[in-house]
Amino acid sequence: MEILTSIRKNSLGLGIFAVVTAGLIAITHQVTKLNIANNIVKAQLAAFTEILPAHYFDNDLYNSKIELAANPLLGADNGSKKTSIAYVGRLQGKFSAIIFETIAPSGYSGKISLLVAVNKAGVVTGSRIISHKETPGLGDKIDIKKSNWMRSFDDKSFTTLAFDKWLVKKDGGEFDQFTGATITPRAIVKAVRDTLTYFKDNKTALINQ
Amino acid sequence: MSTTADNATNVAIDTTTDSTTDKETTEASQRNYAEIVYNGIWKNNPALVQLLGLCPLLAVTSTVVNAIGLGLATLVVLVGSNIAVSLIRNYVTDAVRLPAFVMIIASFVTSIELVMQAYTYELYQILGIFIPLIVTNCAILGRADAYAARNPVLPSALDGLMMGLGFMAVLVILGAMRELIGQGTLFTDMSLLFGDMAIGWKLVIFSNYPDVLFAILPPGAFIGLGLLIAAKNYWDAKAKTRFDKLHENDEKVSRRVRVTD
Repeated sequence: MEILTSIRKNSLGLGIFAVVTAGLIAITHQVTKLNIANNIVKAQLAAFTEILPAHYFDNDLYNSKIELAANPLLGADNGSKKTSIAYVGRLQGKFSAIIFETIAPSGYSGKISLLVAVNKAGVVTGSRIISHKETPGLGDKIDIKKSNWMRSFDDKSFTTLAFDKWLVKKDGGEFDQFTGATITPRAIVKAVRDTLTYFKDNKTALINQ
Repeated sequence: MSTTADNATNVAIDTTTDSTTDKETTEASQRNYAEIVYNGIWKNNPALVQLLGLCPLLAVTSTVVNAIGLGLATLVVLVGSNIAVSLIRNYVTDAVRLPAFVMIIASFVTSIELVMQAYTYELYQILGIFIPLIVTNCAILGRADAYAARNPVLPSALDGLMMGLGFMAVLVILGAMRELIGQGTLFTDMSLLFGDMAIGWKLVIFSNYPDVLFAILPPGAFIGLGLLIAAKNYWDAKAKTRFDKLHENDEKVSRRVRVTD
């Protein structure tokens, strides 16, 4: 019976602890909820305006999310990722530009997520990496904080740069690769090119979203 | 005076078993505040002597601001958990002691993470997974079990503060070393923690610096930590020789002091 009392006492004690500690977390969560939600939206918006200048849209970009059916051009492989996300920018209700969340599947250390902003004319207004696991000092030059390489996509389109020039210099294209790291820039150039291709192929459907 | 290895082993034993060693009893009855301060910052420094919490230490000390951010978070958790554990120390049975401590620490860390996500969002994004990993920092559970569970609130709080400061000091020194050698700058991105006024704090020590990758990656952190430990041991050895030299003619007096210690 001693064991039973001990079990009862300990369970009660531990239970009280669980309630108190969970309670502390619940209170903190409530107090910080609003700030956190604002921060997330602000960060996302800051990322958007870096690649899509404000004069391209007058709508609530963050809440103009659309889902696109899985397409290898956007890095969705129909396995775990069934849809791709895009954000539509409008001017006075009419389609003006679109920001794609693309995945580059063949990074050196795995998939790389990036945003590619394309305007109505099929020109890339900007592109930024969202998340990556590339090697610091080598592949991580795709990060805008480490180098300006990602700006080499600004204002490029299939009219200003032929399709077969959308490769790294080593493969006969126009884009710089990094000394000591070719796989990473190659994967990104391909991802941006594929995104542009997707836009070209689906332009009518996208504009009428 | 026990050696560095002795301290580390004793603390390791303290956290995993219930055995009471002489060192533990002495520590437990230590209410001398000066002793607590000296212990936390130097003699029993969590990073240089106890060698605890090395995972975050090696991973996030690539710049000073990252080091300060994680150091502050760890410090707040240490003080909070030490106070909480000390408050409940007489009401928790031995059987559920450790689960209760872990629950307290985990809830503190979760709350800190939420606070950082709300008020220092960019730093939160940079430190990433290392904020929740503070829970696994053995220094925190170690202090809770070795000290806070056996001492009243005020000494426990001070102990947590001093251990946290000692840990943060090592983080910041290592961060400064690695940032200086790795990037040639100091105080880059301090605005992440201190707001816009800190943008001007960045010091470019070497301009046009070719980044030394080794210092930025974990191996550089290991070697940096090793150098700091070596430096501290050297200093201690020198201090001991000086002390011994001063007292080499006090044979009889020294023996008596040792007996009544």
